[in-house]
Amino acid sequence: MRDPQATAALSAPLPRALKDAAFAALLSLGLFLPLVGFDTVTNIRNELILQTRFGLLAVIIALIAAASLVNSLVVAPWRARRALAEPKPAGRFAGELAKRFPPIALAFVFVYPALVLTLVGFQGSTKWIDNFGIQILIYVMLGLGLNIVVGLAGLLDLGYVAFYAVGAYSYALLAKTFGLSFYTLLPLAGMLAAFWGILLGFPVLRLRGDYLAIVTLAFGEIVRLVLINWVPLTNGYAGISGVPRPTFFGIPFNASDDGFAAVFGLTFSPIYRTLFLYYLILALVLLTAFVTLRLRRLPLGRAWEALREDEIACRSLGINTTTTKLTAFATGALFGGFAGSFFAARQGFISPESFTFMESATVLAIVVLGGMGSQIGVAIAAVLMIGGTELLRELDFLKHVFGQGFDPTQYRMLLFGLAMVLIMVWKPRGLVATREPSAYLRERKAIGRDLVKEGRG
Amino acid sequence: MEVFVQQLINGITLGSIYGLIAIGYTMVFGIIGMVNFAHGDVFMVSAFIALITFLILSTWLGITSVVLALFIVLLVAMAFTSIINWTIERLAYRPLRGSFRLAPLISAIGMSIVLSNFVQVAQGPRNKSLPPIVRGEIVLMDGGGYPVTLAYTQIIIWIVTALLLVAFWYVVSRTALGRAQRACEQDQKMAALLGIDVDRTISITFVIGAALAAVAGTMYVIYYGVISFADGFTPGVKAFTAAVLGGIGSLPGAVVGGLLIGLIETFWSAYFTTDYKDVAAFSILAITLIFMPQGLLGRPDVEKV
Repeated sequence: MRDPQATAALSAPLPRALKDAAFAALLSLGLFLPLVGFDTVTNIRNELILQTRFGLLAVIIALIAAASLVNSLVVAPWRARRALAEPKPAGRFAGELAKRFPPIALAFVFVYPALVLTLVGFQGSTKWIDNFGIQILIYVMLGLGLNIVVGLAGLLDLGYVAFYAVGAYSYALLAKTFGLSFYTLLPLAGMLAAFWGILLGFPVLRLRGDYLAIVTLAFGEIVRLVLINWVPLTNGYAGISGVPRPTFFGIPFNASDDGFAAVFGLTFSPIYRTLFLYYLILALVLLTAFVTLRLRRLPLGRAWEALREDEIACRSLGINTTTTKLTAFATGALFGGFAGSFFAARQGFISPESFTFMESATVLAIVVLGGMGSQIGVAIAAVLMIGGTELLRELDFLKHVFGQGFDPTQYRMLLFGLAMVLIMVWKPRGLVATREPSAYLRERKAIGRDLVKEGRG
Repeated sequence: MEVFVQQLINGITLGSIYGLIAIGYTMVFGIIGMVNFAHGDVFMVSAFIALITFLILSTWLGITSVVLALFIVLLVAMAFTSIINWTIERLAYRPLRGSFRLAPLISAIGMSIVLSNFVQVAQGPRNKSLPPIVRGEIVLMDGGGYPVTLAYTQIIIWIVTALLLVAFWYVVSRTALGRAQRACEQDQKMAALLGIDVDRTISITFVIGAALAAVAGTMYVIYYGVISFADGFTPGVKAFTAAVLGGIGSLPGAVVGGLLIGLIETFWSAYFTTDYKDVAAFSILAITLIFMPQGLLGRPDVEKV
């Protein structure tokens, strides 16, 4: 197919490129002049004064102009040539890789802590297992839970963090007040969260699409505001500290004589707890993935997917949309509650700060960026988005390049947001857009990205 | 009685600000059916631009005339905010037009994160406070030791909001541009066939929305005198609530909804408790959507199969 625009881009003349670059420079001057060109600083007398940063502004504008020039002289012709070339059939290699990827990834996740321990040693590995491994797995778990609601049932939920919060606070409060163990409370917290899922589900049954998203957002915010303001129960902003940590089936991870290290004849190290938590959340993630996989085969799971594809058709075929929606909300919330109580047990401290709208947005972003409905996509997106932004904490060498005042972690969320926008523009259907059919005739064929319909909820 | 009148005055002021932001939401939703999540943060960015312009005018150029300063600040904030919103639409939303419906929403959430964190990085995480620009007030009533006052800033906010709404109403209902906008709202394909540049109309919609948000941002800065990078989200959600309450897609509805939300918030704070005032706003949002999704002045949404 010959695209006229592509042919035009092939022969992009220099003057045109220069004009584009000049426009980009002018535009970025408009964009960055007020907020980058001027800095507001509070002086000793507590007055706001202005400082100029025109040097920095000039550097940014020059960079953008250069990028525009490179784009129109190098990237655009290259893309145009690629568009004109015959589309290559997807290689056998890519297909093989797609088939082999899940087991390889799973094996890697299992040996990851051992790998880190041998590479970095006992001292340095807590950071890698805790900040990367456990952190990412919590988001994978949340992503898989939300995937049931958004990816399978097509119900857009922007308040998922509420169930995470319910799980976390249920565990923290019940464990502190009644001294129940983690293993008793994990299912209990999950069930409480599922109950809240049904509570939310009832009023929003009639809503769809963006309206549903906004009501769930409001619900998430209401839960957070109640957690902040109901001080006698939740201790407000200060949060709940001293939440009991999970034990190794009754054996605590501490330095005492009954502790894990002493019982198993090891020298005490906090790493054992981290390792245990890592495998605990991994087990929870696998449980979620497995349950979702099996649910897709049940009539219930098929009803969810039918609901996503077309609610009216679904109803006219005699599917009870009320129970279908409620079970989707409840199942999603259940896993959110599990993740929440694990989070509370791992941190030992929770406060409403951990359950802001940003968390809901992050989890939804993971689900959508992963390609809605794809479990492996959720895992890849979580590694990319959470791991990628966590990695910024490790870039201390940048301090030597940009000076001591430079703090790469400041840019964490900025880059996170940019990545969300860029991935959406680049691949609006997410990273893994093909879908395994749950019902098929004779032969199982993957459904390509163009045929994957959107959920209208 | 005094408390009531005072809260009425405060509520209308706050409601005007919400109404101006709500128009941005309702216009974008009307024309491309998308909840522009970044709009609250565009408002916050505009407030920062207004703050910086005030500082330039007062400390460097030594302009003392309040009216002149206010006029310049409004123009500058509107211009720069429009450029920013135009670019956002161009880079983050236009490539996704006609794509799968969740994509622009995610892109908008990403843009909202980008804007608030960009301001945090560029201007620092602390609250920025400005000394009051307009001082003085009129005492309307003074009964029982509770004087009812109408501050000059409140009068300015009312007048500016009213003038802009009239101008805006004129643009939408009496000009070719407004006609093109309403046409795109009804049927983009048909509008394009009749020679309307749909892309350009949508761009202009974003520019107008940003300009009105910039007015709200400027008013916010002169009214409260303080702004921080995180101040976009809550006013944004409340303005969205206002748009929904008034009937999303309806322009007079956005203004009415804004005033109602402003009044409800101030009266709730005055008579009940300030702790749960945001809960009240969010509950109204949920209740309206559940029981009256078409809002006060909106058209009911009929789905054809």
